[in-house]
Amino acid sequence: MLIYLIRRLIFVLPIALAVGVVCFSLVHIAPGDPLVSILPPDAPQTLVEQMRKSYGFDQPMPVQFGIWLGKVVTGDLGTSIATSRPVAGEIGKAVGNTLLLAMVATLIGFFFGCLFGFVAGYFRDSVIDRIAVTVSILGVSVPHYWLGMVLVICFSVLLPWLPATGAGPGSSADWRWDWEHMRHLILPAITMSVIPMGIITRTVRALVGDILSQEFVDALRAKGLTDGGIFRHVVKNAAPTALAVMGLQLGYLLGGSILIETVFSWPGTGFLLNSAIFQRDLPLLQGTILVLAMFFVAVNLVVDVVQTALDPRIKRG
Amino acid sequence: MSAPSAAAVAAPESSAQTTPPLLSVRGLVKHFPITGGILGRKVGTVQAVDGVDFDIAKGETLGVVGESGCGKSTTARLVMHLIQPDAGDLRVEGRTIGLNLTLRELRRGVQMVFQDSFASLNPRLTIQDSIAFGPKVYGTPEREALARAHDLLEKVGLDPMSFGRRYPHELSGGQRQRVNIARALALQPKLLLLDEAVSALDKSVEAQVLNLLVDLKAQFDLTYMFISHDLNVVQYMSDRVMVMYLGRVAEIGPVEIIYGGARHPYTRALLSAMPSMDPAKRTMEAPLAGDPPNPIDPPSGCRFHTRCPFAEVVCSTRVPDLLRQPETAQHAVACHMADASSGHSRAGSGT
Amino acid sequence: MSNVSAADVATQAAALAGNTQGYWSGVIRKLARDKVAMTCLGIILLLIAAAILAPWLGLADPYRGAIARRLRGICWLDGTLDCAAVSTPWGPHIYWLGGDEQGRDMLARLIHGGRLSLFIGLLPVLNAFVIGSLLGIVAGYRGGTVNTMIMRTIDVFYAFPSVLLAIAISGALGAGILNSIVSLTIVFIPPIARVAESVTTQVRSLDFVDAARASGAGAFTIIRVHVLNNVLGPIFVFATSLISVSMILASGLSFLGLGTKPPEPEWGLMLNTLRTAIYQQPLVAALPGAMIFMVSICFNLLSDGLRSAMDVRT
Repeated sequence: MLIYLIRRLIFVLPIALAVGVVCFSLVHIAPGDPLVSILPPDAPQTLVEQMRKSYGFDQPMPVQFGIWLGKVVTGDLGTSIATSRPVAGEIGKAVGNTLLLAMVATLIGFFFGCLFGFVAGYFRDSVIDRIAVTVSILGVSVPHYWLGMVLVICFSVLLPWLPATGAGPGSSADWRWDWEHMRHLILPAITMSVIPMGIITRTVRALVGDILSQEFVDALRAKGLTDGGIFRHVVKNAAPTALAVMGLQLGYLLGGSILIETVFSWPGTGFLLNSAIFQRDLPLLQGTILVLAMFFVAVNLVVDVVQTALDPRIKRG
Repeated sequence: MSAPSAAAVAAPESSAQTTPPLLSVRGLVKHFPITGGILGRKVGTVQAVDGVDFDIAKGETLGVVGESGCGKSTTARLVMHLIQPDAGDLRVEGRTIGLNLTLRELRRGVQMVFQDSFASLNPRLTIQDSIAFGPKVYGTPEREALARAHDLLEKVGLDPMSFGRRYPHELSGGQRQRVNIARALALQPKLLLLDEAVSALDKSVEAQVLNLLVDLKAQFDLTYMFISHDLNVVQYMSDRVMVMYLGRVAEIGPVEIIYGGARHPYTRALLSAMPSMDPAKRTMEAPLAGDPPNPIDPPSGCRFHTRCPFAEVVCSTRVPDLLRQPETAQHAVACHMADASSGHSRAGSGT
Repeated sequence: MSNVSAADVATQAAALAGNTQGYWSGVIRKLARDKVAMTCLGIILLLIAAAILAPWLGLADPYRGAIARRLRGICWLDGTLDCAAVSTPWGPHIYWLGGDEQGRDMLARLIHGGRLSLFIGLLPVLNAFVIGSLLGIVAGYRGGTVNTMIMRTIDVFYAFPSVLLAIAISGALGAGILNSIVSLTIVFIPPIARVAESVTTQVRSLDFVDAARASGAGAFTIIRVHVLNNVLGPIFVFATSLISVSMILASGLSFLGLGTKPPEPEWGLMLNTLRTAIYQQPLVAALPGAMIFMVSICFNLLSDGLRSAMDVRT
């Protein structure tokens, strides 16, 4: 297991490096001179040259990448053009909010997805099964930003129960676990949970169906095992895959939350990305994407390791 | 692991050296690397074929037998250059591949029929298109290629009008294998490699296809390399038989000698396991025990020594050469017991 | 060749009796029996036809607003059931599906919006289908170093969640339809290439490819005659399953302001500009999203139907 862990960690390095290359090139695929957004359009040529040198843009590409990488590794993600503050600090707060939203959404999605999936798989081809399948298709087909709007319309506009935007009363950005704050979490978290719920329902339904149709379940029944015992076996066999899917979904939500955060004005990374894009704040854009992608890589790694640890069928070669 | 030296090679036909043999193979080697470990390093090699020499004369049938994994199929694929050999010299009618024989010419003269009749036909093509594909590659016009396909379907006993436009899944196993034979014949090859071509068929169907092969051989003046693990079938089909063990030739010779007076203990053990209807043919040889050793780490010296009842020190230290036997030049054995100079206590005794 | 077994005779007779059928005609026949898939196909074709024919359907001008009639409700749903024509700068007009924040006719904008929405949703998948198949088939057929190089490069893109990747590329390139199509194409190439690589590797290992090589055919001919017809089907089905995501993402980019620019009618962008209207006209504000939802479900169900229709034989 230890060797597997080391091996897996070594494999992550080139991927992380490649992610760095992609993030680094983001600034360079952007049309126009990256300095244009910093400097006034009538800046004298000497100033442009001076800035170019101070940003290192006069160096050849690989050198620029090396310098950039060196800074990133030490936690320096550059300076935001719009706010002139370090990017790392801006992202830090936002990541917490996004993580909170994504984790709560994943948990909701996992819980209901397992529930629906298990019942549907157990009672294959019943009415419940058909309902669960329909719900899961709706879940993966719905444009979640629109679903967010619909929920706001239903529960904030037509029935004024829950707040439509923000992450707390007033403009408070600091999260606390009290009702005032949690009220703000309900709608975005439910909206976000729909996709993982659909996918986990599908996965668990297929898993449970497969496991129940296997011969060893008949053998267990023949041995006189109760339904409770069989349930335990099914859970034990389905858990690694279901958990893995959940982990991956968490990763996707971390990166895909921008649309939902925009709908609910949730002060997370998505919100940050949105403002970075519209103010052409490329360092902020680059830094946020990098942090989110690294989270995704890390989540994938954890999922792999946990799944390997849980599932005896996967060889730790 | 030293390949048998070229000098010691028994080329049964070379005595009657007026025309070169249709196919001549010398020192054929293929090792497949096995990767593993943290960074996918090469951790070993499967010595699938390790220095194989043989000739096939025009018009004969060379049977190839051996346990699964002995390199029979790999040898056939190497001859077709479907797999690139690591080393070895391949000549067709005296012309060397890569020297004065192109890959295209080789593949025109040598064709192959595979074991899995279903996997060897494209499921999305009608069988007449499958048969006509080869000729079209060589520039035959569409219409002519289809005409040839129909002609060949008839030759292999399938009505072209009702079968030509069918898809492989609409045919039985025996019919599919007939199609595969027709496809192989479409390029008018001189040599046909039959890689377990009938092994997957039902016994009754197998017999029909074997008879078809015998008919076609006479009709088209063909030469066969007939690979099978079925010793009875090989006996029925072959003029000469090559016995392979773990990527090497153990014994090669005329069918009567191999089935009647084999000298290699492996050949004899293999034949003793052969079912026979004739109680008089019962052999007293000890049957083979256990599985063949792992080809990743083959035994030193004679590869059979781990299972050989007569193994001595020399067997595990020196690789036996494939030596022509003094009695019949056509017969060659790679066993220290058949080599008077080997130092084996039973050497030259004739057992 | 007199050795024809009884079984052979039987199949021969069966073949003479019934016509043999190709693979695709079987798939289409099976799909045609799938009511859900056919309904979805009908809706999709209807929407595409309406979008293409939009200028000739006698609809209102989707660009022309009437400030006095802004955020008009859906006339047959506002309780009065009063669908009388109201006066607008271009004459009396009935707002069958209400009006947007500038008083433009929603019905006209929704149908016209299908043009851009379907275009920017379908084109990336089509692009990625062509490029991804090419990469995957080459990687799968050649194997070895070529495979490693192509597939490892593709793995890099798997390190990004798809939404993030689309937004990152779009965000860096800047707003615009072309940029949004480019970024979504890049998002969909890796998954398609992976599927293409894996089915090609499978087909490549079958004996009929070896038989074709033994016929002396070159790699290009073998891919054209023997590989494509076996791998394009599964790749195509997989690609159709991506259309729904592509529609959602493409409109999502417009929703963020990264795709289409105003005043173009496009469902995502319309949803964005109507966001502020949820307090006055919630139903009208939700309409463009409902269109995206409907198209997305239909493509998903059609793709599912296609998948099960193709499972007849492998």
